[in-house]
Amino acid sequence: MPDAALYTPTAIIGSELPRIDGPLKTSGTAMYAADYHFPHLVHGVPVTSTVAAGKIRSIDTSAAEKMPGVLLVITHDNVGPLFRMAPGGHDGRTSESRPPLEDDIVRYWGQYVAMVVAETIEQAQIAAHAIKVDYDPSSFNVSKVLDDSPTEELPLHTESKRGDAISAFASAPVKIDQTYVTPAETHNPMEMHATVAVWNNPKFTLYETTQGVMNHQHVMAETLGVPRENIQVITRFLGSGFGGKLFPWPHSALAAAAARQLNRPVKVSTNRQMMFQNVGHRPRTQQHMQFSATPDGKLVSLRHDYRNHTNLGDDIHENCGEATPFIYSVPNLLLTSALVRRNVGTPTPMRGPGAVPGLFAVESAMDELAIALKMDPVEFRLKNDTLTDESNGKPFSSRHLKECLQLGSEKFGWSKRNPKVGSMCKPGDPDVILGWGVAAASWGAGHGPCQASVALLNDGTARVSCGTQDVGTGTYTIFAQIVSDRTGIPIDKVRVVIGDSALPPGPTSGGSTCTATVLPAIAEATDNAIKVALATAATAKDSPFHGKKPDGLAFHEARVHLEDRPASTGTPYQQLLKMANIDAANGEGSTSALNSNPEARKYSTHSFGAQFIEVEWDPGIARLRVSRVVSVIDGGRMINKKTAENQILGAVVMGIGMGMLEETIYTPKTGQPLNSNYADYMVPTHADSPSIEVHFIEYPDPILGEYGARGIGEIGLAGVAPAITAAVYHATGVRVRELPVRIERLMQSTVQV
Amino acid sequence: MNQFNYLHPASTDQAVSSASSDGSKFIAGGTTLVDLMKLYVENPSTLVDVNDLPLAQVESLPNGGLRVGAMVRNSDLAFHPTVKEKYAVLSEALLSGASPQLRNMATTGGNLLQRTRCPYFRDVTAGPCNKRNPGTGCSAIDGFNRTMAILGTSDHCIATHPSDMDVAMTALEALIFIEGPKGKRSVPINDFYKLPGDTPHIENVLEPGELITHVEIPPAISTKQHYLKLRDRASYEFALASAAVVARVEGGHIHSVRIAMGGVGTRPWRAHEAEAVLTGKPATPAHFQAAAEAALRGAKPHTENAFKVELAKRCVIRALKVATA
Ligand SMILES: Cc1cc2nc3c(=O)[nH]c(=O)nc-3n(C[C@H](O)[C@H](O)[C@H](O)COP(=O)(O)OP(=O)(O)OC[C@H]3O[C@@H](n4cnc5c(N)ncnc54)[C@H](O)[C@@H]3O)c2cc1C
Ligand code: SF4
Repeated sequence: MPDAALYTPTAIIGSELPRIDGPLKTSGTAMYAADYHFPHLVHGVPVTSTVAAGKIRSIDTSAAEKMPGVLLVITHDNVGPLFRMAPGGHDGRTSESRPPLEDDIVRYWGQYVAMVVAETIEQAQIAAHAIKVDYDPSSFNVSKVLDDSPTEELPLHTESKRGDAISAFASAPVKIDQTYVTPAETHNPMEMHATVAVWNNPKFTLYETTQGVMNHQHVMAETLGVPRENIQVITRFLGSGFGGKLFPWPHSALAAAAARQLNRPVKVSTNRQMMFQNVGHRPRTQQHMQFSATPDGKLVSLRHDYRNHTNLGDDIHENCGEATPFIYSVPNLLLTSALVRRNVGTPTPMRGPGAVPGLFAVESAMDELAIALKMDPVEFRLKNDTLTDESNGKPFSSRHLKECLQLGSEKFGWSKRNPKVGSMCKPGDPDVILGWGVAAASWGAGHGPCQASVALLNDGTARVSCGTQDVGTGTYTIFAQIVSDRTGIPIDKVRVVIGDSALPPGPTSGGSTCTATVLPAIAEATDNAIKVALATAATAKDSPFHGKKPDGLAFHEARVHLEDRPASTGTPYQQLLKMANIDAANGEGSTSALNSNPEARKYSTHSFGAQFIEVEWDPGIARLRVSRVVSVIDGGRMINKKTAENQILGAVVMGIGMGMLEETIYTPKTGQPLNSNYADYMVPTHADSPSIEVHFIEYPDPILGEYGARGIGEIGLAGVAPAITAAVYHATGVRVRELPVRIERLMQSTVQV
Repeated sequence: MNQFNYLHPASTDQAVSSASSDGSKFIAGGTTLVDLMKLYVENPSTLVDVNDLPLAQVESLPNGGLRVGAMVRNSDLAFHPTVKEKYAVLSEALLSGASPQLRNMATTGGNLLQRTRCPYFRDVTAGPCNKRNPGTGCSAIDGFNRTMAILGTSDHCIATHPSDMDVAMTALEALIFIEGPKGKRSVPINDFYKLPGDTPHIENVLEPGELITHVEIPPAISTKQHYLKLRDRASYEFALASAAVVARVEGGHIHSVRIAMGGVGTRPWRAHEAEAVLTGKPATPAHFQAAAEAALRGAKPHTENAFKVELAKRCVIRALKVATA
């Protein structure tokens, strides 16, 4: 256990404070990117390719150009300069490396080939439909089988290795050797991607749907070829992203290019169909697993060879081995990966990228091995738990997987499980069989660099600002909580200003690192602002503390007081500021990246968890539903129990989608994502959301700063799918190794009620 | 969507005469039509809005039946006291369809004429489709066909009829009342829909300009009824298989029964063969099984939907079990 200092916060930390931005959202007054309207604003509607590969012979824009309201048709002939990111060195990440309309080559179905700009959205839509593109189609590949051999261009990578996994497996007494597959999945936030670009020579203001205003600014500066200071990116509210909005997509550059050409504000929004084509997806993975153990259940070897598809032009690696090297104790391990190319849009991170599909394979293999060992799957995991990251020999800063599994077992009632397949009937419903499954979860923890400003204002309010954004997770709320925690200023008097690249640089909302990243910077900025307030108290002429040493003063309950007297004897800070004719006590703070901290580098930092899932299987009508979930999360200190629980609940529901419903279907004949709408691409509805019980094991992690908070945005999804397939096996005897679980597979079950 | 003229007649006569021109379409709730217009699958030049026509009543008939106006919303019909009491199968079917928001808009007439969810039909860029573009071919037969029909298909089209309501109406033997340029007529629901054959774009017997005014549902006294819908998720999904059962059971024997299936046919599918197997027999699992076998005897699965044959059987068996319990 690291001995770094933890701090004891006030009761506002860890409370169930509702989101402070909730009323704005429920009353429809929160401004999302596409809600911005400006005088003379016009609308861009992209035209997308209807072949999966080929060359554009010609684009006939004549009919469209004559249509009412049409102002501009952009094609690769007239798009103007849009640049690629220079390799290496830059601190911005784009998604599709090819700028839109760069050439006349089509590499996937749905790639932008033109854009119409018109006075109204309807005019732009109808004109976009009137554009005739003549293609010279070429052959393409959207095959679901990712067996392609590694090449010089796409070689096999060894990601982690210890001992000799190959020979240990060959001679091991108990083993499993299976391949697991996860499909391409599409991000389906309610809010679709949108950009409103305002050009005010030489400056662009971009109202964006982004999970990273700073990153977006950096990328668009390079793409548009303008200095950073001439780009301002604004995302006050985001209708969620799930990773799909981490990095800029081509429509943003198209909107900016059109605004520059027309000298008018331009709004471009993707539609739901485009969400499946040109703004990213979780790539398909194929993972070959060879696990072995001694007869008494000690892991002997673990081999994980995986592939994921990527597009033509980008090497997007889905890091399925994220958790493999350290999640269990095993002397022999080999982890390798390779990419295969397909004619699809650029893949991009989706909630828990890599780890979530990776853990589907790891935890499914663990379940199958436990069955081969005739061992309880919880006991099997407990037996192979470790407090050392065996891939690098470092201790974990805080790992309580064991407790997660134990508490989860207790809350779920695991001891009542009869391991025999199909043996458990639903009480009171003889038609229905119950299946119980478990899986472990893990997700990395860390933080990046960040700056924040805090002002304690002489009207009794505070303002905290940072160039980060709230993607719907509760970032606004925790900002206010930290300031309130340290100053005693009530929550409703703390104004949080985020979502603007002109603010002090803050983090992207990704990798579950945002909270851990912003907390130290806000805390420091608040403390520095308090110092200024105390100095003011000690110097202001009419102050009761005039002439006192600032060190002898304290700041609590929004008052300055003598350190050895209670806060109630103090003076409200705003009075002191007013006495001194000072508008605000300002403070700046910063966080440095976790890996720049030598103490932190001694530890392996991760969050852990356990998912316990019950499914109901009614074989008489082939109906499968998830009926009960217990999710136990070891994520350090929870700053806000309500928003934290919301994250886990949402992630579990998303996991039900991953396990049972979601798959983007690319048709072999045309290469198009066919089920590109909310009715045909299925995600769970409310009726599919079962009773979900969330428990946090709260050990503040001192390596993550004095609050000890790790992120919890992603871990709730990890482990859900393999716990479902384990439960499905327990109910039906059918092992599903390719997601999603489809009833046609389960109808092969011979289990009878 | 393309531009169109918009007419808003006040009477059925006016509506019929305005809709007789080429390229005109009635619009009721718009939940099918507007969707397809946005996708450029339907491109009417004139929309004749029937929302103000006096066709929104549900009335009991002297013979004990029910008359349902074409403009009665799906939610209103589902929650109508008489429907809940005497036509539970219809209420259950309606409530299993779509979402509350859609049901609040969707109408009885529009539901009868909703179009298939075949993804190739709904996407003008998705390649050949005989229903959308007669004579071009069918992309579904050797493409994505997990959700397609297994009964009533042809080499030209295997699209599933998507409705739940119409399946219940079929089991209830509803009569569809039509008013058109040539006058009024009524058609039993079982004769209303056409099989795809080599003209899958012709889906029913309506002539241009013909308006559905109302539906009459005969009395279903002393019957037990049930609608069962099977699908991947618990709500907001079209049926993979469904079954509507209206049965009269006396002393454990099936006096008479009507069975219709959804999600498996190119039209709401009346299972006469299954009914024949059951009539006069004890309500036992063995007879339910025999009935299900008879119902699916003509099924023709494709590459991805063979499971629907077995699924539909299980659906019929369970629906019979629940209805006759
Ligand atoms: C996402 C989604 C999910 C759905 N899920 C289901 C489901 O699970 N189960 C289910 O059964 N349905 C489902 N539906 C379909 C829904 O039930 C139909 O769209 C609805 O019933 C159509 O009714 P409407 O009044 O909106 O028709 P409209 O869209 O207005 O019209 C449909 C057609 O009927 C014609 N028409 C309308 N009224 C008349 C009339 N009186 N006389 C002659 N012609 C007329 C129109 O010209 C048009 O061609 C779903 C729809 C959507 C969009
Ligand atoms: S099944 Fe029918 S609707 Fe679907 S593609 Fe074939 S012809 Fe078109």
